Amino acid sequence: MKDARLVLAERFNAHPDSRCWHVAWNPAGTLMASCGGDRAIRIWGKEGDAWKCLSVLQDGHQRTVRRVAWSPCGTYLASASFDATTCIWKKKQDDFECLTTLEGHENEVKCVTWAPSGNLLATCSRDKSVWVWEVDEEDEYECVTVINSHTQDVKHVVWHPTQELLASASYDNNICVYKEEDDDWECKATLEGHTSTVWSLTFDPSGQRLASCSDDRTVKIWKCQNLEGSGVCSCATVEDAFGVSRYSPSLTVTSMCCFNRRHVLEVCVHSVRVSWTDRVRYCLVSALHPFFNSQSIYVTITACLQCLRTQCQLTGALVTACGDDGVRVFKEDVTADPDQPTFSLAAHVSKAHSQDVNCVVWNPKEAGLLASCSDNGEIALWRYQEDDE
Amino acid sequence: MSGSGALENANPLIFQRSGARLLTATDEDEDVHDPIDDREIFDILVAMSINDPEHPLSLEELNVVEQVRVQVNDTDSTVGIEFTPTIPHCSMATLIGLSIKVKLLRSLPDRFKIDVHITPGTHASEDAVNKQLADKERVAAALENSQLLEVVNQCLSTKSL
Repeated sequence: MKDARLVLAERFNAHPDSRCWHVAWNPAGTLMASCGGDRAIRIWGKEGDAWKCLSVLQDGHQRTVRRVAWSPCGTYLASASFDATTCIWKKKQDDFECLTTLEGHENEVKCVTWAPSGNLLATCSRDKSVWVWEVDEEDEYECVTVINSHTQDVKHVVWHPTQELLASASYDNNICVYKEEDDDWECKATLEGHTSTVWSLTFDPSGQRLASCSDDRTVKIWKCQNLEGSGVCSCATVEDAFGVSRYSPSLTVTSMCCFNRRHVLEVCVHSVRVSWTDRVRYCLVSALHPFFNSQSIYVTITACLQCLRTQCQLTGALVTACGDDGVRVFKEDVTADPDQPTFSLAAHVSKAHSQDVNCVVWNPKEAGLLASCSDNGEIALWRYQEDDE
Repeated sequence: MSGSGALENANPLIFQRSGARLLTATDEDEDVHDPIDDREIFDILVAMSINDPEHPLSLEELNVVEQVRVQVNDTDSTVGIEFTPTIPHCSMATLIGLSIKVKLLRSLPDRFKIDVHITPGTHASEDAVNKQLADKERVAAALENSQLLEVVNQCLSTKSL
């Protein structure tokens, strides 16, 4: 394997005396939006060689702003807050104005995300629900569905990169995958396998795989089989570390009408091989846990993998932000069977920040450029470099 | 939370307080770096009281915190605290844990990772309480709730010893 490393490019204090929860690149990769415990959203752009704060969006939220998301066109910014609302901001020249406030969640909104089409928005909350909102041409937002598939706090929602599929991660240790059917959104798959809160999810650029990270200190890679035709209708769940598989009876009918072929896959679950016949749509194919240090029982690290972001389209690497202050980049071993992929730690900065790293995200345009943010209010920019022999 | 009405634990066992820390010669030497140790963390916690007018007792007197259940590693910047609810169904367990966590967050340098959990086997909802205390997002949200913060601050008001 090539030698690789993360080189610090810049570090600045984005949310003084507060926590920086999240940072997001605009689709052009030229601006960053950050949010935090100071209830503010800040927009960052490059002036000369340095990143400067171009505007501060205040007065939108009464409490912590947990997450920000750019629309695919880059004109809108959505912000999710502990105040139970989601604000939609529109870019007007250099400034942003609050267009509308989406209300409905009972308490803290934890995440907001736009579908690739830009017509749909998903939010999730501690109230255990996932909401899907539709946007019309007049910038009107209407809630089209409220899904209650989780039994606890929903931490993260993410859209499939090419299809109208939505995945959510929860404090109930599970991941749910939803699809629209007959004007209604239904949970089509529940991915069980994590043993603690699932904090974050990301699809790979092709949408064939889903990666999840958890308070259980693992990253798991789930493979989606045969998305053609009617799409994902999984009813398979990975039961536990011993590789017991289970079908969810309520979905069997749905899935049977979706597939006219039988598929047999072999899956490696924590080194136990199990065979599944048809109807399996998402299965656990890999778990990365030896990379995350656990300590003796008294001094267990409190935090976890807070966030895990898109596999960088340009380098094909997966990056994690961790509660142990570290940022890690993983590369897939090219020689491994794609159905049983293995990943290696390619680069690791153990003290990327002096406190928990809450979020790390690849720049969508510039290969290998990463932004991370931390409990200490800082944003850091990193360059991921691979040395050619 | 046992605000009014019948007490959950009317006759708590009261434990003796440990004495003041014995100072050594190097403790007073300003040139010697003193790492943060178990006793120092324990001293931060012992004065905390549960705000119950009928039991104005410190966490130490109620044996909720004990020095042997405090593990500090100054080099690794980690602190682990086990606390023992007075009874297995104590409804205040989450609040006590949260108060301990807040106290340490306010007292210790930012570099510390603070793990607060229930002494294994001493509470009916041990796992649920531990999970909630370990979830920093929920802790952050809880501390933005002014009513809850007030209760926590009352817990943290130092009892006159």
